Amino acid sequence: MENRGAEKTWMRLQIESRSSNEEFARVTAAVFLSRMNPTVEEMEDVKTAVSEAVTNCVIHGYRERPGIIYIEAEIEGREFTVRVRDEGAGIADVRKAMEPMYTSDPTGERSGMGFSFMEAFMDEVKVESEPGRGTLVTMKKRIGGTAREAAQERKAGTGNEGIGGIAYG
Amino acid sequence: MDQGTFTYEAAGQALIIHLPREVDHHNCLTLKYETDLLLAENYIRRMVFDFSGTEFMDSSGIGILLNRYKQMAGSGGSVSIYGAGTRIRRILQIGGVYRLVRQCETREEAVYGKQGR
Repeated sequence: MENRGAEKTWMRLQIESRSSNEEFARVTAAVFLSRMNPTVEEMEDVKTAVSEAVTNCVIHGYRERPGIIYIEAEIEGREFTVRVRDEGAGIADVRKAMEPMYTSDPTGERSGMGFSFMEAFMDEVKVESEPGRGTLVTMKKRIGGTAREAAQERKAGTGNEGIGGIAYG
Repeated sequence: MDQGTFTYEAAGQALIIHLPREVDHHNCLTLKYETDLLLAENYIRRMVFDFSGTEFMDSSGIGILLNRYKQMAGSGGSVSIYGAGTRIRRILQIGGVYRLVRQCETREEAVYGKQGR
């Protein structure tokens, strides 16, 4: 399973912090992810999670003021990692910010479910933040369910023992 | 037609809001202002969200639905939705919207169906 030589590839992107870039960010991440041959659902999951993280930078990190959002994505074997970072306000209490339905937004239009959505759609979400310094969100997702993965590796005969695929049940 | 904006339609005492292809923070920025204006100037008992043209939604969509629900519930009105595909239904499910908003199969049911959930 882990015998494909775990080739690593990455991308880095800097964008202006403005709401019109939210779509650009999630679509770019999805296009990069497409190299992993994900299912439509996996693709949508990543788009949603990236959209949440970038929206947080725009609203909370930079408070709708100018700034730069840094996005890095990495593919290693079957693991997709994306990091979304801002150099904005930062979060004093990360645990509280991650509570479902909690929002510091005063407009009433925000659900407070941004981090919950990231956690729902990715396998791992890590938030590092310091008030006044900014916030880094690291998210990981394993692409390819076990059945599908097994079928693909069988077909491709990627076993490094050089005996081709072994047909399990 | 601009795919990034909401369009509004009156149907009896219902206000139908046709959602854009992508419902995110950016595309939702005008909604509050526009619906507040429409609610102030019209007698609206029900707000109906049409998801039939929507392919992407993040938690911003949950925020606007919950806020419209609060607004309508405050005046004894209700909120219903129709046209949601598999992906949008999943988002609505995770967002916990179905406790408050009635999901309908057709536009007629959403607009004229019985009040409440």
